[in-house]
Amino acid sequence: METLIVILVGILISIGTYLILSRQLLRIVLGSSIISHAVNLLIITSGGLKTGSPPLLGEKVASFTDAIPQALILTAIVINFAVTALVLVLCYRSYQNFGTDDMEQLRGNEHE
Amino acid sequence: MSMNNLLITPVVIPLFTGMVLILFQRNIRLQRVLSLVALLVTSVISVLLMNQIRSGGIQTLQLGGWEAPFGISFVGDMFSAMLLLATSVVSICCLLYAFPSIGRKQEKLYFYPLFLFLVTGVNGSFLTGDLFNLYVFFEVFLVASYVLITMGGDKRQLGESLKYIFTNIISSAFFLMGIAYLYSITGTLNLAHLSIRIAEVGQDGLITTVAFLFLIVFALKAGLLLYYWLPGSYSVPPTAIAAIFAALLTKVGIYAIFRMFTLIFYHEPQITHLLIGILAAITMVLGGLGAIGYWDLRKILTFNVVISVGFIMAGLVSLTPEGITGSIYYLVHDMLIKALVFLVGGTIIHITGTSNLKEISGLIRHHPRLGWMFFIAALSMVGIPPLSGFLGKVFITQGSFEAGYYWLGGIGLLASLFILYSMIKIFMNAFWGETTLSVEEEKGTTKGLLLPIALLTIASLTLGIGAEGIADYVSQAAEELLNPNLYIHAVFD
Repeated sequence: METLIVILVGILISIGTYLILSRQLLRIVLGSSIISHAVNLLIITSGGLKTGSPPLLGEKVASFTDAIPQALILTAIVINFAVTALVLVLCYRSYQNFGTDDMEQLRGNEHE
Repeated sequence: MSMNNLLITPVVIPLFTGMVLILFQRNIRLQRVLSLVALLVTSVISVLLMNQIRSGGIQTLQLGGWEAPFGISFVGDMFSAMLLLATSVVSICCLLYAFPSIGRKQEKLYFYPLFLFLVTGVNGSFLTGDLFNLYVFFEVFLVASYVLITMGGDKRQLGESLKYIFTNIISSAFFLMGIAYLYSITGTLNLAHLSIRIAEVGQDGLITTVAFLFLIVFALKAGLLLYYWLPGSYSVPPTAIAAIFAALLTKVGIYAIFRMFTLIFYHEPQITHLLIGILAAITMVLGGLGAIGYWDLRKILTFNVVISVGFIMAGLVSLTPEGITGSIYYLVHDMLIKALVFLVGGTIIHITGTSNLKEISGLIRHHPRLGWMFFIAALSMVGIPPLSGFLGKVFITQGSFEAGYYWLGGIGLLASLFILYSMIKIFMNAFWGETTLSVEEEKGTTKGLLLPIALLTIASLTLGIGAEGIADYVSQAAEELLNPNLYIHAVFD
């Protein structure tokens, strides 16, 4: 199961990489978002999938699922959410002000 | 177990002040006063911490009373405390520069809260003893920097900012990847615990690969070889913001590389540290070529940021007491001096309205104080004794030679020549020559802008001339970095 998920992470990262290599802002945002999700999947896999009961404190259960990766991705998802929201606003602003969502055209006149 | 609650204050004070200031969006005077007070208090606390660490060794705080490695530890060693103090000094000066220069509109658009959040994240990164917490603090200052860098927002600025933001989003994803790998190998995220476990099982090929992953992440933040984003993005925001970025943000990356490669991944220096050395050498050469090649004031200064990153890394590569001591001296010096030259550079652009050196001439006639302060900063960067860059340069070079890295020490000295050439180029073109601008033709005044520049010059001079006074502190910091057991014992006993 872990191997399958890791392969899935690889596929998602490839898709994300393909998307961020494009010039359109929205595609780059989507690409970075997909990469972040792939990484979240990797973190949850790092603790081992389905290794025991829910992580509740009790004396009878011998093995617990590791709760730390879940806490980690909870934090990572929130941060990623905020950053993605900010970037989307910036993209919208650049589209509104300069009428383009093309990274090439955002370079401005000063660029050599 | 000794607990020191003072350790959390450099994070909490700017954080809460920033949160309160959001509520007083319209009261600019209150915002200015409170943010200045918060930073002054933080600097006093960092001095207190330095003295506590001097007398009592590394200080720790287990957040929420959860013993390490189950909770999040805050660890203050001398290295962190010195960087905290330098951060406070630099941020106070940049804040003072922002008062007259940043503009009413930005001030109402939450400039001060964002500035404080940036400082929060930087301080937290220096103090945390937990890898995931380090990621969180990185994000805190990165998100603040994302907003600060876009402030003002012309076309080129927005383009460069987006480049900066996307680069950092990707590097944050790599950071998380590294955390995931390290957690699945070792089962812990506490830095001290990681150090113990990796020392137990040995740093095999897999762990070294993960170390490279972290190196990529922090090299991207620090601008070690992967600096492609840096000259563009550091030259677009307003001066006060560009100065604090140049002084602090790359330094957090440098700090993280030092922490990871002295505390955790120190077992295979012939692989990891050699690679860092090669990266540092290439960085110095490419940064130097950039610095001498451009005629744009801001570009030259940003390439000087790149050179110094490579130079500071050379001390780490040697892994000798001299090399590390030199890196610490140079790192603190570089934080002050980069803020200083960016503020002077920004002031020149403010006066003349251009950053093209070929269009600027003879400023020293009407602005002698600005000129001479820039001259002191330039000499200090080159490492002329007794100015602050000198000791760092001597120790780093000595360390590299002692460790047998002659090529690295040599390139470091070559880099000093690049710095000398580029800084003197700025000085000669901007300050010497015929005075083309009369006082009436100037685009802006230096009223209020010289105070923070003077403060930073004094701080840099004090650091250089009073180097003897902080020698004990620096050597303690170097000893703690070279002896991971001190850190581990402080966290676990």
